Amino acid sequence: MTAVLAVHDLHVAIGPRGSAANVLRGASLEVQAGEVRGLVGESGAGKSMLGRAVLGLLPANAVIGGGTIQFEGRDLLAMPEPERRSLLGRRIALIPQDPMTSLNPVRRVGAQISIVLRHHLALSKRDALERAAELLAEVAIREPRRVLELYPHEISGGMRQRVLIAMAFACDPSLVIADEPTTALDVTVQRQVLQLVERLRQRHGAAILFVTHDLGVVAKICRTMTVLHAGRVLEEGETADVLAKPRHPYTRALLAATPRADRPAEALRPVPPALIESLWSEAHRLDRLAMAGPA
Amino acid sequence: MVDLAVSSPIEPSSRWLAGFVRGGQRLWIGSALVGLFFLVALLAPLLAPHDPIEQDLLSAQLPPVWMQGGEATFPLGTDSLGRCVLSRLMYAARTAVAVALIAASLAAVIGIAFGLIAGMFGGWIDQFVSRLIDVWMAFPPVLLSIVLAAVIGAGLTSVIAAIVVVDWTRFARVVRAETMVQLQRDYASAARALGLSRGQILRLEILPNLVPLIVTLFAVEMGIAILVEVILSFVGISVAGDVATWGGMIVEGRQIVYQAPWIMALPIGCVILSVIGFNLLGDGLRAALDPVQRR
Amino acid sequence: MRWGEIIRRLVLIPPTLFGVCVIVFVLLRVVPGDPIAMMISPGASAADIERLRAFYGLDQSIPQQFITWFGQALSGNFGRSISLHQNVFELVLARLPATLELSALATLIAVALGTIVALTGVYVRGRRAEWAIDGGIGVFLAIPDFLWALILLLLFGVLIPLLPITGRIDPQLDVAFQTNFYLIESLLTGRLDVAAALLQHMILPAVALALPFAALVARILKASLSEAEDQDYAQIARARGFSRPAILLREVFPNALIPTVALGGVQITLLLGGTVLVERIFSYEGIGNMAIDAVINRDFPLIQGLILTFAVLFIALNLAIDVLVTLLDPRLRHG
Repeated sequence: MTAVLAVHDLHVAIGPRGSAANVLRGASLEVQAGEVRGLVGESGAGKSMLGRAVLGLLPANAVIGGGTIQFEGRDLLAMPEPERRSLLGRRIALIPQDPMTSLNPVRRVGAQISIVLRHHLALSKRDALERAAELLAEVAIREPRRVLELYPHEISGGMRQRVLIAMAFACDPSLVIADEPTTALDVTVQRQVLQLVERLRQRHGAAILFVTHDLGVVAKICRTMTVLHAGRVLEEGETADVLAKPRHPYTRALLAATPRADRPAEALRPVPPALIESLWSEAHRLDRLAMAGPA
Repeated sequence: MVDLAVSSPIEPSSRWLAGFVRGGQRLWIGSALVGLFFLVALLAPLLAPHDPIEQDLLSAQLPPVWMQGGEATFPLGTDSLGRCVLSRLMYAARTAVAVALIAASLAAVIGIAFGLIAGMFGGWIDQFVSRLIDVWMAFPPVLLSIVLAAVIGAGLTSVIAAIVVVDWTRFARVVRAETMVQLQRDYASAARALGLSRGQILRLEILPNLVPLIVTLFAVEMGIAILVEVILSFVGISVAGDVATWGGMIVEGRQIVYQAPWIMALPIGCVILSVIGFNLLGDGLRAALDPVQRR
Repeated sequence: MRWGEIIRRLVLIPPTLFGVCVIVFVLLRVVPGDPIAMMISPGASAADIERLRAFYGLDQSIPQQFITWFGQALSGNFGRSISLHQNVFELVLARLPATLELSALATLIAVALGTIVALTGVYVRGRRAEWAIDGGIGVFLAIPDFLWALILLLLFGVLIPLLPITGRIDPQLDVAFQTNFYLIESLLTGRLDVAAALLQHMILPAVALALPFAALVARILKASLSEAEDQDYAQIARARGFSRPAILLREVFPNALIPTVALGGVQITLLLGGTVLVERIFSYEGIGNMAIDAVINRDFPLIQGLILTFAVLFIALNLAIDVLVTLLDPRLRHG
């Protein structure tokens, strides 16, 4: 069965030639239809960059050094631009991180949702607004018709995140990339948002790539997970397995550093610097190998 | 990941160079234009082929040498009274430099004084000065300078006075804002805690930081001074008689623009070049000095 | 509440205007230069001069003059022009439409031009063309409106005699207008030939007035567009499959408009102030041109009337800009 998303040996560097920083060093992962895969790693591990690469949102000075990104069998990187744009927002969607800045401040909520529907699904203005109201109801927003007429600054942060989730699922995408959607929210709202995402996923049948640095979130919602560090995949597998029996020392160290309710606080141990150093030197070694070219 | 190199402290000489580089092309071109302008002004008695007020009625309204009917003795032609245009342009540059320097200096002194007082003392003094500036700026500048020059009578003194009276607010506002910002900075409160008097703080801490700002404004102000002289010439309030000014030449040229367009065109060219030169210089200075002083 | 602030500004207008009146009044009276002396013919007797002086109320003390003038002004009587011998109010009203039409046309041109340049500039961001556009904007900003007027006069009036350089309308054209809004009237009544003739006279001064303002609009708008395009919501729009031009126009532009109008809008008073010289250069019969003559002739009543007119226009424009900003930004409308 073709994976919904298949990233293979992706190399991405950012910066001017000569002093570019490698953010992805041959990263590979797969997401099957209906799967919820967590992509974890500390800040700067490259997980956001991977999500951005799939969406075509890399910064202007980013260079893709190699690899493929296959969506339902088609290589996104090799695709002509208009074709890729027809997929984005429709078959591949994004749940962004910061609800406070991810909505256009001068346009009403309803207008922002309906423009996506009208562009991708060719709905009429009235039908699009109808559908938008339905979507808002799906994400448990009360009085959806009233909210359609409001501006983003007139609704709370939690509501804004729900609007963004609704927009992501609006066109029944096969793949949703959730870019740390719970990071900017407080814990009580986090749980609601996660439940919402799961419910919508089931309803619309999408696969989700859940990018986060929070292992707790991964444990709650992701069936499979991939661990990323310094732009390389260190470990991946079923979440239950990885968390119970981590194979890579980094994963073990991450778990040990994660606060858990069933463990006393003093038991927290930071990831040992020596481990980090060895991981980085391994990464640099791979860089040098890559720069030297094929042997 | 790119290593962050620890940079060595920059020596003063290379700081100048760095500043020049930062100023970019604007600084170079601006300095070149302004330098040329100053040079011509300074050396006009040596460079000018003729006496600017010497009339030769037999050679009136001669075109420049490259046009039909032009003569080599009058490279840029002559005006209605047979005076050499090139010589008059050069001597006018002299006048322009004098007016620009004096007016800009006076405006700077008055503006800086008001700005410092308002910024340093705050309270009702600041309120008073701010309201004064607001009301002052509510007057249409052209009208204000015209009325003012009408008060004092024609001549260079009134031109200078008009510039100063209209534009001191430019310095005052910026200096006031910057002073208040500087006062809030940590080192100012540290100085206060150390028991330095207001005057000492002013001299030692604030003024040195204001210098780049003032230098930039000064360059811009000189450009403005040249323009005001042209404006006042149009209203018949600038220098009368034989003394050559660009504004005066433009006004004379306007009368006979169909017969001898060069008489108006050439001084316009000079005005434009010098104004652009001052603007570029001001821009370049701002870019060059800014990062060094901003801590 | 934003609207409350606007109401407060409205209330502050009368005292501001009063202050302007007082200052101008005093300034003029302090000026050396006797208007009466300037308008009498040589050989007039001392008694004649005294009579004229009394007629214009110039024999009273300054405070008394002010009270008289202000009292009359409140009832709409702004006195009689010393140099033109007509009612000041009527004189100003007769010429005001010309300046308003010119300024409106200039503003239109400036906004259109500035917007196009800004959009182009932001579209070629990061490429060499952007650098050229920035440089061009800088040059156009450095040259003030009256210099542009002279340059345009030279280029298109003299060197390539394409357009007329004096007046509002060709004197040979025999047209009777109902109002003094020549252009608007001719457009509304369908006299397109007349409108074309009027535009021929207006286009050079209007462009001269427009160019510096257009450059300013271009600079501010381009910077706002660039900043807005970097915001999250614009980036996310790309992830939704919209093309860059569509995002720029639909999502980014309305946001960028707000700071542009706020910062650049106030400068529109400079455009209005520029009419003084530009009208003079093109001998265009508006209030700017009249103002210069009034000052040269020390025509106090006329100068006062004109300065007051300009002040009212400035204040009205500033207020209009503020209202516009409030309308454009939904965040400012509520509480």
